[in-house]
Amino acid sequence: MTLAQATRGQRIEVVAIPDPAVRAQAIRFGISAGERVECAEKLPAGPVIIAKGRQEIAVGRRLAESIEVRPA
Amino acid sequence: MHCHNCLSHINIPAGAKKIVLVGNPNVGKSVFFNAFTGMYVDVSNFPGTTVDISHGRYGGDVILDTPGIYGISSFNDEERVARDVVLAADLVVNVVDAVHLERDLFLTLQLVDTGLPVIVALNMMDEAKTRGIAVDADLLEHLLGVPVVPTVAVKGQGLDDLKARLPEARPGIVPPELQKELREMMRTVAASPEALLVLEGDEEVAGRHGLSAGGRREDFYQERRRRVNDIVGHVVREVTDGAGFAARLGRWMLRPLTGVPIFALILYAMYYIIGVLVAQDIVGFTEETLMQGLYEPAVRGFVGRFASEESVIGTILVGEFGLLTMTVTYILGLLLPLVVGFYLVLSVMEDSGYLPRLATLVDRLMNAIGLNGRAVIPMILGFGCVTMATITTRILGSQRERTIATAVLGLAIPCSAQLGVIAGMLAGLGPEYIAIYTGVIVLILGLVGKVLHSVLPGESTDLLIDLPPLRLPRGENVLKKTVTKSYAFLREAAPLFMLGALLITVLQVTGLLEVIQDGLAPLTNGLLKLPRETATVFIMGMIRRDFGAAGLEDMALGPAETLVSLTVITLFVPCIAALIVILKERGLKEGALIWLGSWLAAFAVGGIVAHILI
Repeated sequence: MTLAQATRGQRIEVVAIPDPAVRAQAIRFGISAGERVECAEKLPAGPVIIAKGRQEIAVGRRLAESIEVRPA
Repeated sequence: MHCHNCLSHINIPAGAKKIVLVGNPNVGKSVFFNAFTGMYVDVSNFPGTTVDISHGRYGGDVILDTPGIYGISSFNDEERVARDVVLAADLVVNVVDAVHLERDLFLTLQLVDTGLPVIVALNMMDEAKTRGIAVDADLLEHLLGVPVVPTVAVKGQGLDDLKARLPEARPGIVPPELQKELREMMRTVAASPEALLVLEGDEEVAGRHGLSAGGRREDFYQERRRRVNDIVGHVVREVTDGAGFAARLGRWMLRPLTGVPIFALILYAMYYIIGVLVAQDIVGFTEETLMQGLYEPAVRGFVGRFASEESVIGTILVGEFGLLTMTVTYILGLLLPLVVGFYLVLSVMEDSGYLPRLATLVDRLMNAIGLNGRAVIPMILGFGCVTMATITTRILGSQRERTIATAVLGLAIPCSAQLGVIAGMLAGLGPEYIAIYTGVIVLILGLVGKVLHSVLPGESTDLLIDLPPLRLPRGENVLKKTVTKSYAFLREAAPLFMLGALLITVLQVTGLLEVIQDGLAPLTNGLLKLPRETATVFIMGMIRRDFGAAGLEDMALGPAETLVSLTVITLFVPCIAALIVILKERGLKEGALIWLGSWLAAFAVGGIVAHILI
């Protein structure tokens, strides 16, 4: 499944982030393949907010559709 | 940017150590900077960027501040500047947010890996405590191999300790495998920090050494991330779950149902502060009383002693659009208060952590015109001054987005100078006209954005931003940011306004202005069904957008005619300074296209509205 398909409150594990630039930036924010995060919020047709500990990151919907995740 | 000797424009005395402050955005870095340097601070702009670096003296040494960043590399201007300052550093003071170690320690480890002497200020220890987070500073010091000093900078706690331990700053623990690779690389690249960046695939630094960047950035980042997680696992203990009111408010700002009303409220506050307090009360005083009342007569009198006001030189200096009269009044009396007002509001929004949430909230809307949520910043600034906003489009992630944002700003966003006059005239026409005007402008904005989005090649970047915790902004910080940004803007824009005024005066003196006005007349008369004289108003609008709008007030126009004129004036090219900035930022060809496009759009839309209404 993709990050865009995660539901609010769901715990997920990041499987793959295809875009290299995004991947590098995401690692700095603490989110990389294998990381367990929570889908903290989903704006209608808009960004998905993922949380890891106290760290929250907003991910645009199109980008979220390209990020592969699985339920954790 | 490609300056090897990047600090050459900053005056550093011989023998002084360069102490560089580095940290993630909003970790309270500037409080440290002020604590070290006191009052005597210099701000200098990095060539080719909007990034300013503050620097000041600390004893015999120099302290340099850097922009808030998540890592040093070449992802954006801020990072490039921070990277180059760090590469020149003798000692790094790394400020980290104790509440956000998972994020902040990534930069810390990168700094440690450079092999530079580092000292860490573990800031916001009080907030960590109230949020139920216990951080073991001694253990962190042990694991990093560099001194770690707990601080609460805003309350002045730990600052003396930090100063006292500054000499203890030392290179930290670098993993053996990385050490080995660094040693390899240092055969070609002598300095360890540069060797690290080349290894990490920083193309610019590699290029400076005639090397090509390896593709292993990610391996290094992954490994570093693993170390960060490991360290955080050891030093951080969550005592209680301290998600309080701020966290809940943060969520409300994101959800459209609550986020939109909150945004509306903030917009209203903004309107009140800028539209009423600044634009009317303060500008009334600075523009009319100070500049036009006192300054202009004085300068006219002075110049009058050497040249008559009717002479060519007199016209250029103190004539209708005089360099010393109108331009100075415009820049200092009108623009300065407005720009300060906008940057003040923006700094509060930025420091409180609201701005990234707003960017998230509007992301979906911005996507429709090929932008992402971050473009909300230039859009908001556009309502202050389109020139200022156009410069700010540099923060956008791709050339494509910068083109779209610049075009939309130039076309459909009325700047504050104009907005006041437009609002006043529309109010006199009644609600149905206000609705038509707003509808037309919003429609055009969406349409143009949409068209550019589908026509322009390439892809826009997606939103990916950190949502920092909501915090009460600190006055001192906000003021400093406001002053720095306003100054940077004026320094960049003032010559452009001068150049614009000069151009117009030349047109006027040579009689070309009248030729243009006559040339436009058939267009205004035939297409827009407006009196011939409105052509003059449109041309005036190029010099100062509010002049254009204000000129309409003196003409006896019916409601429909007023509406058409206002629509054209809004869509019409922005003022001449904005035009120059557009050309400067987007290049001659693209800038000229945007300019011609907005003329075309202004007259086409005006014509359509005219033929429907009049």
